[in-house]
Amino acid sequence: MSPLVAGLVQAGILVAALAVVYRPLGDHMARVFEHKSHSKLEKAIYRFARIDPDAEQKWSTYAYGVLGFSLVGIVFLYVIQRLQALLPFGFDRGNVGPAMAFNTAISFVTNTNWQSYVPEAVMGHTVQMIGLTVQNFVSAAVGLAVAVALIRGFVRHQTDRLGNFWVDLTRGTIRILLPIAFVFAVVLIALGVTMSLKSGVDVDGQTIANAPVASQEAIKELGTNGGGVLNANSAHPFENPGEWTNLVEIFLILVIPVSLTRTFGRLVGQHRQGYVLLSVMATIWTAMLAVIWGAEASGLRPLEGKELRFGIAGSAIFADATTGTSTGAVNSLHDSYTGLGGGGALLNMLFGEMTPGGVGTGIYSILVMAVIAMFLAGLMVGRTPEYLGKKLGRKEVTAAAVSILAMPAVLLVGAGITAILPSTRGALNNPGAHGLSEILYAYASASNNNGSAFGGITATSDWFQSSLGLCMLFGRFVPIIAVLALAGSLAAQKKVPVTAGTLPTTGPLFASLLTGSIVLVAALTFVPALALGPIAEALQ
Amino acid sequence: MTATLDQPVPVRTKTITRAHLVDAVPEAFRKLHPRHQLRNPVMFVVWAGSSLVTVCTVTDPSVFTISVTLWLWFTVLFANLAEAVAEGRGKAQADSLRKTKKDAVARLVNGDVVAGTELKIGDLVVVGAGEVIPGDGDVVEGIATVDESAITGESAPVIRESGGDRSAVTGGTTVLSDRIVVRITTRPGESFVDRMIALVEGAERQKTPNEIALTILLSTLTIIFLLAVVALQPFAIYSGGEQSVVVLTALLVCLIPTTIGALLSAIGIAGMDRLVQRNVLATSGKAVEAAGDIDTLLLDKTGTITWGNRRATEFIPVGPTSHEKLVAAARLASLADETPEGRSILELAGGRPATDHEKTGEFVPFTAQTRMSGIDLDGRSIRKGAASAFELTETARGVVDEISAQGGTPLVVAQDGEVLGVIRLSDVVKPGMKERFAELRAMGIRTVMVTGDNPLTARAIAEEAGVDDFLAEAKPEDKMALIRKEQEGGRLVAMTGDGTNDAPALAQSDVGVAMNTGTSAAKEAGNMVDLDSDPTKLIEIVEIGKQLLITRGALTTFSVANDLAKYFAILPAMFAAIYPALDRLNIMHLATPRSAILSAVIFNAVVIVALIPLALKGVRYRPSSASALLRRNLLIYGLGGIVTPFAGIWLIDQLVRLVPGIG
Repeated sequence: MSPLVAGLVQAGILVAALAVVYRPLGDHMARVFEHKSHSKLEKAIYRFARIDPDAEQKWSTYAYGVLGFSLVGIVFLYVIQRLQALLPFGFDRGNVGPAMAFNTAISFVTNTNWQSYVPEAVMGHTVQMIGLTVQNFVSAAVGLAVAVALIRGFVRHQTDRLGNFWVDLTRGTIRILLPIAFVFAVVLIALGVTMSLKSGVDVDGQTIANAPVASQEAIKELGTNGGGVLNANSAHPFENPGEWTNLVEIFLILVIPVSLTRTFGRLVGQHRQGYVLLSVMATIWTAMLAVIWGAEASGLRPLEGKELRFGIAGSAIFADATTGTSTGAVNSLHDSYTGLGGGGALLNMLFGEMTPGGVGTGIYSILVMAVIAMFLAGLMVGRTPEYLGKKLGRKEVTAAAVSILAMPAVLLVGAGITAILPSTRGALNNPGAHGLSEILYAYASASNNNGSAFGGITATSDWFQSSLGLCMLFGRFVPIIAVLALAGSLAAQKKVPVTAGTLPTTGPLFASLLTGSIVLVAALTFVPALALGPIAEALQ
Repeated sequence: MTATLDQPVPVRTKTITRAHLVDAVPEAFRKLHPRHQLRNPVMFVVWAGSSLVTVCTVTDPSVFTISVTLWLWFTVLFANLAEAVAEGRGKAQADSLRKTKKDAVARLVNGDVVAGTELKIGDLVVVGAGEVIPGDGDVVEGIATVDESAITGESAPVIRESGGDRSAVTGGTTVLSDRIVVRITTRPGESFVDRMIALVEGAERQKTPNEIALTILLSTLTIIFLLAVVALQPFAIYSGGEQSVVVLTALLVCLIPTTIGALLSAIGIAGMDRLVQRNVLATSGKAVEAAGDIDTLLLDKTGTITWGNRRATEFIPVGPTSHEKLVAAARLASLADETPEGRSILELAGGRPATDHEKTGEFVPFTAQTRMSGIDLDGRSIRKGAASAFELTETARGVVDEISAQGGTPLVVAQDGEVLGVIRLSDVVKPGMKERFAELRAMGIRTVMVTGDNPLTARAIAEEAGVDDFLAEAKPEDKMALIRKEQEGGRLVAMTGDGTNDAPALAQSDVGVAMNTGTSAAKEAGNMVDLDSDPTKLIEIVEIGKQLLITRGALTTFSVANDLAKYFAILPAMFAAIYPALDRLNIMHLATPRSAILSAVIFNAVVIVALIPLALKGVRYRPSSASALLRRNLLIYGLGGIVTPFAGIWLIDQLVRLVPGIG
């Protein structure tokens, strides 16, 4: 089999697997959030946390819940890192420094999982298991909760209630993430991923670092987290031993974001509304795959920075999946990609993580973009713009605008300052256009809560730790607050009936409009910066 | 005063006349004041950028920097010009309206004479022939013909009488005959004419909801581009190619949505103006936008959908009269009758025109006293007229009553006082209604016909006219209930009305168009007044509302789509010196970096002027499905917006490159 055919077979298996689980998983997730009664375990949790699970919240209360929960998570993660020396399974790795602890705490709570540290040298198993891995679950569940709240904004009418954040958080974790992650941890172990509480294995007198890899690996991909327990991430043979684990991991990365379009369609009562979003995500994702794959296959040194066991296709598909979903796990060194290939991975993030985006974040981001696109489209057909039966007026446009504005704002400010800091040159492996690509990639990764590392940049200085930390923080929570505000004003509205004058949002016209909007917004915002980085590289 | 003087609504064939432009130029300069610019975030950024660049140019002048600076200021001026031209068109109308606000003197009923400006609500004023009505009010006594041409532009006088639905009079109009007593209903300064002046001048113009939302979106885009350009400088410094403030400002102004930003307020003013041109006054721009959103249209049957009972459909002889004799008599009685009824009788009778002999007869015209018309010929007096004008036999009475019961109007024909028979006048649907309703359906608007007829008659007319639904035997409260029901389902409802009993429904509907002939109560309750009192105008109002939104959306799309070409012009110009490979993006082969940047700036400014007529006229609207509209507008303004600047910038570069110091 030629590498091209082998790659296409892999892609085919991936698509087939996603197609098989799409409906059952999507419907299951819809039921989880629609269900009226609570399980015994959940009731016990609510009783313990003194939560009234049947008390629904206004958007602001819901947002306070998200922010409060996340703040507690950040503080807790910071404290246990700083006190690591006192915890078991620390392997004398010592306390984590303040700047790194700050960055890492934000990184895992915001579902970014940017790692400025070398895991096997810095983090012990306790911090990993009770801190980082817990956030792998709950940060993804927060994304799910916010997405569901926004969908409820479209579904409900004349109410100020969006559901209960604590219930959505609990259910997302217990009924969706935990069971799937458990099953796939076992699958990964069976396929050769390691699982050990020891700090390493001795091979021929050499100690190779080891950890409870498989349990982390499953949720790392499933929750679109991306933070590995080993520095080489999914390029490491313990995390990702072969083609099959590679495919399973890509599948896990994509499965929830993709299936959420089904959940969305089901909740709004029209499956086609979900399919059309899926078609937009798939179109852009596939186009970017073609760019990355094509660029790498025709590069001067096609296999540079890639694992031979995955090859070009296995690396390109992984790269496209991880940057298109805000996961950030890597199985190859993106820094070694061609100008176009690396630029493609970068552009994938710059689309705003909605193709298909992270767990929950992908669907709410694309819905925000749909609001903007439908606003313009509505004007162009001569009616006050509406989407899914809700009018898009001042409040809705403001919320959507704030949500969209946050990412480019923090990215450009952060990368701009970094570009002129004298200390930056020393942190870069490469000068010139490629160096700028490295800076842009780092800030794009942080601002989009992706966490993918281009590599080639030493991001351990206080400036990088704090500025990237702030980018992750604002890149995550400004859109979340805006999205919840949007949900609140949508839910308060009456439902506009569908008439012959309503612009349909299920056909190819809407799909092209939305695709065009996503591409255009990203292109117009970032082309000047990209011109001096990847574009200059690619044209040379 | 003659009826043709002081017409405030001249028919305009050109969107902009030379006079408009000349008047607008000084106004465009006056609008350079920062206070004015602050109202428009996009143009304020251009204004601030132009000021900044001016400072840079003064310290470091060159042909390039001076040219860029000038063209940036032109960009601001062109935006001001667009607004000034739009306002100028309204000002001309306001001026002619102001002339109607003569210092009328009011004669109160008790004999006191006060200035028109000192009238209070409830004052009773006597107005005689040749006098100007001093304020808005209702006729409480008498009947008079009134010249309303000052307000409506319509020269034919209208009748205003106490009681009924034709009691409202407007201050500034002139009584032509008779004498009426008017109860004043508005305070001086708040009259209809005052409101109208404020409206056409745009003095009270507030941003409409959709305009506010769009402004937010445009501001967001502006902020994004501001960040992108500001961040570009550090990236440029990193790459070893620091850029000048002039070049960065030029890039910024080219990227932010100046085209729509410059034309946005002109579009709004022009939209209101288009309504005024059609003799419709809206109390707010919000109502105009709401008109574009209408889901359900309530239309009164009579007068709107049908002519009323005005077509002869049957001759019914009475007693011994033969059918032929009745037809012959009816024909003779209608020979000189030019009314639609008269002509339809002739048609039904065979359509033969009058013979020379018949022309020797003496025609007797209709008068309000006799309520009949006809002909005296060969010693016979043949008449036709209302049933109440004749003495009817019992048989004739039966026929007359039956026709009335079926919703028609009976017309009695008599010879020398002897009733020969009855003509049935039936309701006819106005021509073209079916097509208009089909258009409305294509636009997604449901039409409901409201009538006092029985359900059977109503259904027949509804089917013939092609409305979607009807409300038969409707009382005012039924109409109200129907509006409420539609609104509960989230639909927006529009209706027209004239009577006092229409007022609650007009107030309840989302767009209520009151007829100018109607009562003050109706005019107060609605949010629009149609000076021509033409109920079918509602359809045009809906189109104007849609056109307003479409124009904004289309120009926004065009504006944003333009940016692509500007990137291809400016980015290689800025950075090809550092990365020669970037020159491959210079696909327009612009001569030099300076000519490329200047050409983009010039294009950006000139396109504003080029689009002023479109902004004022509005994007052409053809009723069709939402998808078809979107596809069409995306193609023209989206794709067109991408392609046009490539051609435009290339063309401008062909000229600019000839300038020494640029090319």
